[in-house]
Amino acid sequence: MSYAIFVNGQIHHVEDDGQTPLLWVLRDTLKLTGTKYGCGVAQCGACTVHVDGQPMRSCTLPLEIVASSQITTIEAVEGAEAEAVRAAWLARDVPQCGFCQSGQIMCAVALLRTVGSPTDGDVDTAMSGNICRCATYNRIRAAIHDAAGTLRGQTT
Amino acid sequence: MIGSRESSPEPRRRRFRIGCLPIVLVVVAAIVLAIVYVLYPRTMPQTQPIPAAQLLEQIERLRPVSDFDGIPDLQERSIALFREAGRVLESPRCMNCHPRTDRPTQTDAMRPHTPWVSRGPDGAGEAAMRCSTCHREENYAASGVPGNPKWKLAPIEMAWQGKTLGEICRQILDPARSHMNREELFRHMVEDELVAWAWTPGGQRTPAPGTQAEFGAIIKAWLDTGGECPR
Amino acid sequence: MTESKVEKRRFAMTRRRLILGGSLVGGALVVGYTATHPMQVAGAILQGGGSDPEPSVFGPFVRIGADDWVTVVNKHQEMGQGIHTALAAMVAEELDADWDRVRVVDARGNFRAYGPQLTAGSNSVASNWDTLRNAGAAARTMFVAAAAARWGVSPQSIAIRDSIVSHTGSGRSATFAELLTDASRQTPPQAPELKQPEDYRLIGTDRVRRKDTVPKITGGQVYTQDVDLPDMLVAMVAHSPRFGGKLARFDASDALKIPAVVDAFAIETGVAVVAENTFAARRGRDALRVEWDDSKAETRSTPELFRYYHEVAAGRTDIEPNVLETKGHPDAQFGSDVLEFTFDFPYLAHAPLEPMNCVAQIDGWDIKIMSGTQLVTLDQVHAARIGLTIPGKVDIEVLPAGGSFGRRGTATSDFVVECLRIARHTNGRPVKLIWTREDDMAGGFYRPMVHHRAWIELGPDGFPARWRHHVVSQEMVPIGGNFQNFEGITGSPYFVTASVVDGKIFSPSHPVQCGFWRSVGLSHTGMVMEHIIDQLARQARRDPADYRWALYQRAGAARHLAVLNELCLKSGWGSPIETGWARGMAITECFGTVVGQVAEVRIQEGRPVVRKVTAVVDCGIPISPDQIAAQMEGSIGFGLTAALYGAVTLKDGFVQETNFDSYPILRMNEMPTVETHIIRSANRPTGMGEPGVPPIAPAVANAMLILTGSPTTSLPILSGNALGNSNVSVRS
Repeated sequence: MSYAIFVNGQIHHVEDDGQTPLLWVLRDTLKLTGTKYGCGVAQCGACTVHVDGQPMRSCTLPLEIVASSQITTIEAVEGAEAEAVRAAWLARDVPQCGFCQSGQIMCAVALLRTVGSPTDGDVDTAMSGNICRCATYNRIRAAIHDAAGTLRGQTT
Repeated sequence: MIGSRESSPEPRRRRFRIGCLPIVLVVVAAIVLAIVYVLYPRTMPQTQPIPAAQLLEQIERLRPVSDFDGIPDLQERSIALFREAGRVLESPRCMNCHPRTDRPTQTDAMRPHTPWVSRGPDGAGEAAMRCSTCHREENYAASGVPGNPKWKLAPIEMAWQGKTLGEICRQILDPARSHMNREELFRHMVEDELVAWAWTPGGQRTPAPGTQAEFGAIIKAWLDTGGECPR
Repeated sequence: MTESKVEKRRFAMTRRRLILGGSLVGGALVVGYTATHPMQVAGAILQGGGSDPEPSVFGPFVRIGADDWVTVVNKHQEMGQGIHTALAAMVAEELDADWDRVRVVDARGNFRAYGPQLTAGSNSVASNWDTLRNAGAAARTMFVAAAAARWGVSPQSIAIRDSIVSHTGSGRSATFAELLTDASRQTPPQAPELKQPEDYRLIGTDRVRRKDTVPKITGGQVYTQDVDLPDMLVAMVAHSPRFGGKLARFDASDALKIPAVVDAFAIETGVAVVAENTFAARRGRDALRVEWDDSKAETRSTPELFRYYHEVAAGRTDIEPNVLETKGHPDAQFGSDVLEFTFDFPYLAHAPLEPMNCVAQIDGWDIKIMSGTQLVTLDQVHAARIGLTIPGKVDIEVLPAGGSFGRRGTATSDFVVECLRIARHTNGRPVKLIWTREDDMAGGFYRPMVHHRAWIELGPDGFPARWRHHVVSQEMVPIGGNFQNFEGITGSPYFVTASVVDGKIFSPSHPVQCGFWRSVGLSHTGMVMEHIIDQLARQARRDPADYRWALYQRAGAARHLAVLNELCLKSGWGSPIETGWARGMAITECFGTVVGQVAEVRIQEGRPVVRKVTAVVDCGIPISPDQIAAQMEGSIGFGLTAALYGAVTLKDGFVQETNFDSYPILRMNEMPTVETHIIRSANRPTGMGEPGVPPIAPAVANAMLILTGSPTTSLPILSGNALGNSNVSVRS
């Protein structure tokens, strides 16, 4: 079947089975490979994208249900939160192997869009769906707090 | 080999000859062996018709309401009916979303939900980690993640885990905790789509016993017989 | 350190290098670091590989461009450990290059240009320390000479700082780019003068930061999973669900009906399905009907295997042990007051977040491979064997790996070979082999299952007088007599007071494949030795730190002593801690790096909660303090995952843990705070990718020993229904 999907502000016509996970549509068809396959069962968070602004695991998102949604991937996530998060990630050299970091960043941006000054508890709940096998968690946490600080500085 | 610099050239040359020749021979022999090994013809199985394995579906049944007609005491009959309904209520499909903490359990083993999720203000998760981050409106075969339009936790007042069947019974009959009168309770049991999911959970999950219709009939008979609770 | 210990260590190093670096092709082709002669033989056969590297007058590892950028060629695999950064810093320091204009590129497989390309044993920093400093210093000398000639001044009066060459007297200056032509006419010096560590401006500073962060935070980094070539096919393989199972027959008729599925065929490791895209390959594989011949397969369950291992350790089987440590009379009878210790460790999967994958194309004699792989040189040899060509025709583009931890470095090049076997069927079309997470977890090459049994007699002074130690585990590679699983016991400073040491390893063989898992043997011996020491200290009524101190002192283990002293100081060892909390300590030496850790632990809901780890490391001259800290944090998370949860178990031979729901990985809410302290050192640097892993499990176990009074006798600490990730934040 043919589906029209909105990804990163563009409309794409995709010819595929409606049950195909969005993850593979993004990666194989649209060549947006920043979104990673890590587990395929919504355990690791490496495939997180934003669907109408909400973080979602694209490995468990069938193509047929996202045809009317706005999808944003790591390649195009932008705005104050995304900039602050990326700057904080860079300043702290968060990534090691880096494979999970697209998903981590997508979740961190979503968290900061909802909670301006997240506590450690907020970070735990929002980010514990994202596995980092290199265990860069402490730097991720610190970078989220840094980014929140940057964003607060911008608003005051 | 600090000393070797001082040794005369003659033995050195001899040592070299002894050292080099076997290596070359071994290398040549190994290459020949490797080529023989690699080129040696091997046959690989080809595709051939194999009948699909017959899956024997084992469905656990609920006892029909008529089975309980023989119990003369109405209160006893009501309790027996509820005990039968309890087989559904206490199945992992129902219990997993009626946890006693803020965190659901999962699988037939009812282990803590992985990843860590929390009920949040509306029972459907916290910021950036909502139920809908992973769960959709339907079960999704490609990922094995179950789904339902109403996917969320029962309110904490309706925690069932760690409670006896009698306690669960009194809890659901208490509108202060269940937020339902008996009519609403009945509708929830027989019509609610999230409850219905318990019989079509997908994946490797064991469905709740019987069918939702059979369950509804038992609930109705239980309420009709006074809605009595086990002790 | 005593004379004999140095000797022994050097011997072990050489042997390890030979074995790690060594491969056997048909029993002949030895690729060794140490032997020059076989290397030349190998070089002649390997003949580089595919495309030759960009020629550079500054040698194979350094290029300087007209844009004034310095490019450092990394011949190892970057898998998160930060080897990019460390290697670049070695060059930049000696060259006095502007760090912000240094970039790193990954070398393709090319034996002739780079020598053996093997990333293992946390060895990349140590093994490149001379080569890359020399490369940087040689280039520097050439620029100095060029500038001196151009300005007619003496080379001694030329200074280089941040890629600017200047003459102090006249104030003249030039960039590398401006001097490039002149410099490239200079003869590279054979033995350029190297800086003294105290003169370092870059190495050891916080300026030495990662070179690959930007692509990793924008989604731009290309891993093997992301490779896209024109006309490329995607393949998945149905593997035997049991180790050692062989394909009996299969029916692909349903699979071939799925749109975009191109072909399905048998290969040595199962049934391959190739398709135009990943999801079609997945659906095609799901639609296969496959029957396996399990006559030679492993069909036992984990408890049965452990019972068998216990029998082996007791000497009740015909498996002959290999003696790896001996002192005094090893057959000495132990008295009745002997203390006995047993430990069981399960199989562990590496579970890197990027599951195994490989891209390959066979075009006549030419083979092209794109993959993240630790043992590139070995892969070239294996690829040539499968593709019926010579290694020199195998062009490997080494990509960064989404984690590896040893998994992408197997003696058989398993996933590379599998991909090539598929590529033989695709008529020259490139093929990307994708393993699912389930394939990866059930795919073997695990850290072996291990059983330890130790009998120790204490002398009147409370220190070990006799120590008998039996280890049972499969070999990871069939060479070396399984010494890798004895590392961490061999040469232990805790043997110093013992008059009798009897160390043996039994190596049962069965079809589950084992491999190198981050920190290798230390992943279990570290736990055993360090947890035993705390129990001995307890027996002797001594503080565990004092007990260690006395043994290190007598063993002359100066680096251990320094780490211990610093660890006590920084962790607040001996100072009061809140009720319900306890500190546990462990110190291990892994691949030449000494690491000590103190964990602060409490028991909550029956499980240990670790809130903070204080770590001290002696890794020689620290190159990047920030990345040393990063590896320490990561290693603690990795080691704690294994300590709390890590287990791959078999039931009737079937792997039970196939994804992160049943093989939990430590998550954000469970990660302790980590404080890293680096010992100042002028010794040659040693590795940091693995040595932070071993101490955390015993540190936690030692704290639990204080809290509960019970020793830990097996890992993981949690199992069964308690296995799910903690619902407790370590910060609450």
